[in-house]
Amino acid sequence: MTVTDPITAPSSDQPLLGLVSGFIIELRNAGLPVSLTENLDAMEAVTHIPIEDREAFKYALGATLVKNHSHWRAFEVVFEVYFSLRGPEYEIVDGAASGDPSDDEDATMPGEGQAQGGGGGGMSALTPEQLAEMLFRALMNGDEAMLRALARQAVMRFAGMEPGRPVGGTYYLYRTLRNLELDEMLDRLMEAARADAPANLTQLEERLERDEFSDRLDRLKLEIEAEIRRRLVADRGVEAMARTLRKPLPEDVDFMHASREEMVNLKKAIYPLTRKLAVRLARKRRHGRKGPLDFRNTMRHSLSYGGVPAEPKFKFPRPAKPEIMVVADISGSVAAFARFTLHLVYALSGQFSKVRSFVFIDGLDEVTGFFEGVEDIGHAVHRVNMEADVVWVDGHSDYGHAFGVFWERYGKDVGPKTTVLILGDARNNYHASQSWILKELQHRSRKVFWLNPEPKAYWDTGDSIVGEYGTWCDGVHEVRNLRQLEGFVENLV
Amino acid sequence: MIEQPPRFSDLESVRNSLADVNYLADDGIAGVVYLADRLGKPVLVEGPAGTGKTQLAKSVAEIAGARLIRLQCYEGLDESKALYEWNYKKQLLRIQTEGDGASWNEVEDDLFSEEFLLTRPLLEAIRSDDPVVLLIDEVDRVEVETEALLLEILSEYQVSIPELGTVEARQIPLVFLTSNGTRELSEALKRRCLYLYIDYPDLEREREIVSMKVPGVDENLADQVARIVRSIRQLDLKKNPSVSETLDWARTLVLLGIEQIDAKTAIDTANVLLKYRTDIEKVVKEFADNPVELTATDT
Repeated sequence: MTVTDPITAPSSDQPLLGLVSGFIIELRNAGLPVSLTENLDAMEAVTHIPIEDREAFKYALGATLVKNHSHWRAFEVVFEVYFSLRGPEYEIVDGAASGDPSDDEDATMPGEGQAQGGGGGGMSALTPEQLAEMLFRALMNGDEAMLRALARQAVMRFAGMEPGRPVGGTYYLYRTLRNLELDEMLDRLMEAARADAPANLTQLEERLERDEFSDRLDRLKLEIEAEIRRRLVADRGVEAMARTLRKPLPEDVDFMHASREEMVNLKKAIYPLTRKLAVRLARKRRHGRKGPLDFRNTMRHSLSYGGVPAEPKFKFPRPAKPEIMVVADISGSVAAFARFTLHLVYALSGQFSKVRSFVFIDGLDEVTGFFEGVEDIGHAVHRVNMEADVVWVDGHSDYGHAFGVFWERYGKDVGPKTTVLILGDARNNYHASQSWILKELQHRSRKVFWLNPEPKAYWDTGDSIVGEYGTWCDGVHEVRNLRQLEGFVENLV
Repeated sequence: MIEQPPRFSDLESVRNSLADVNYLADDGIAGVVYLADRLGKPVLVEGPAGTGKTQLAKSVAEIAGARLIRLQCYEGLDESKALYEWNYKKQLLRIQTEGDGASWNEVEDDLFSEEFLLTRPLLEAIRSDDPVVLLIDEVDRVEVETEALLLEILSEYQVSIPELGTVEARQIPLVFLTSNGTRELSEALKRRCLYLYIDYPDLEREREIVSMKVPGVDENLADQVARIVRSIRQLDLKKNPSVSETLDWARTLVLLGIEQIDAKTAIDTANVLLKYRTDIEKVVKEFADNPVELTATDT
């Protein structure tokens, strides 16, 4: 894809449209599906918006280009990168020369503007202690303008940014935050709040104060992040920054390599996903229209047409609900994947006549009980990780032994209605595979599926023996992200 | 497309007139409503339940001085409920009264004329002469196939009736579709709409909403309500309190004559705000000085 540089090569007569089209290309690169009509809409929309109103501009682009709320975050990042340096108030300010504040400008653009108000000017002369004190007071009073100015000052002082240095923004963020010691700041703020209060704070009041301060601290962090991003963009250019900041959308995040933050987002994403899936599946069940003619019902309705069967009625097919047995490897590398799958399967347990689950590392344990009568699935999954007895010898995956135990204890429960799901990367640490068990299972059950969170390219490399096991499965699927998981479960029901 | 003068002169006026009818819009909401008018495009509004999606359409109708036509979606909604239906009984009567006199062609032409057409919300909205705001509520409840019914009207503002021809809009209505996000809407539908996500309001906006909507609430109480609700939303609950529940709660507190919310009041009235027992338990655990037995809280 040709990437137009929006800064150097905007189409000369309509610089704005050139800019917007560059922006849209970057959105597509970030994985957002932007269609041609949406592109045209965006172009038209911005012509109706007063161009100096940054917020309105952002929402105009958002409303026309982003049609899924989970993509909003990605959109914001691209927007910040693309439009962070535009307009005089976004010029990078060094040292004390923080420009002359014009207050009317601030009035038209809430949430913008720069080191204005008290102390914008001579901040670089302050000692770190004075700076910390100012920060403390600004946080205490919730003084937005001051916080913004201090965020800039902090980045300038502590981040140690050097032009051309190939370090990511998170490094600078870490450095800045470490120097500001925000954790202690929260404690200090709480103490001050306690001292200010006429009486002792009740737990409720304490809680409210703490939430308020954390909210302000979060806003400060966002300011710092934005400032760092602005400086990086100024240093490296829009394209390069947009590329480094590009992150997979939540549904595309790899289970096995998710960062801590991505994990949190994944956990948030799984609940709405299961809800959507449950609704869709329930609907599918009810609305299969392929049923045979219901003769009785048709005759009954023909009475109102004088005996003419004008309105044929059909029987609704009622497919039998499958019985599910989930056998999941929960050793380190694939634990996250097992968690998500268990979560999803139990959230949909209404769609199955029976769900039983087993987890293993080298030993195997049934964990169905943890999920019974529990409202909070997340909690049950957590208990599985803490309490299940899955270690037999050394706590390294041993699929062969685990399958052996499964066959011995629960093999008789597998019947022609049972669908067996096996979750794992089939990295057997060179133990015996015991794949004859899978053969027997396949023989006895309705279907055996294997879900592997590893990319297909890695299958059967090293100690992975998914190919051997796969011979005895009705399907081996690569399930690396929520999108693939959703697709699989939908087909399963 | 029909040219018509824009309803709103600028962004600020949208915001102000929405505020005049007691709807507090943030930048995003006002901006999208303004654009919907200028671009002549429908707005798809998504967000958690009880954040004022439907109310937005009602308020916009009010400020635009338009009639609100509402189509409530549900599973099994079909053409005859959403678009139009032929009045079979009347047609039957027509045939019977005709007798042998008329020729087949005459009767046929006559049978499928507007006289025998029963208009349903969508057709009504575009046939209307006076300004209308069309609200298609909870569009995520219809099946994916039924969505296709909406596509023609959303992009062309017309309805094709095979027997009659195409009915075009006399004026372009403002269209709002709301969705609670129980399923992903089709790409085709989304492409035709502007997208607006209404989330829970931030602290300040929620406080303003409470002050505006609850008679007799003072600044101090509104502030406390908003702050407590924000803290509750940060807990990991099954269902977060919505704006409408916040308002109910504020009204309850005003009725009870409470001026200062302490933990006990909050817990005693938590069942207005929260609808699940586990959620209430969680809040009690977090907020109470010494956790009370829950049975005492069920007022």
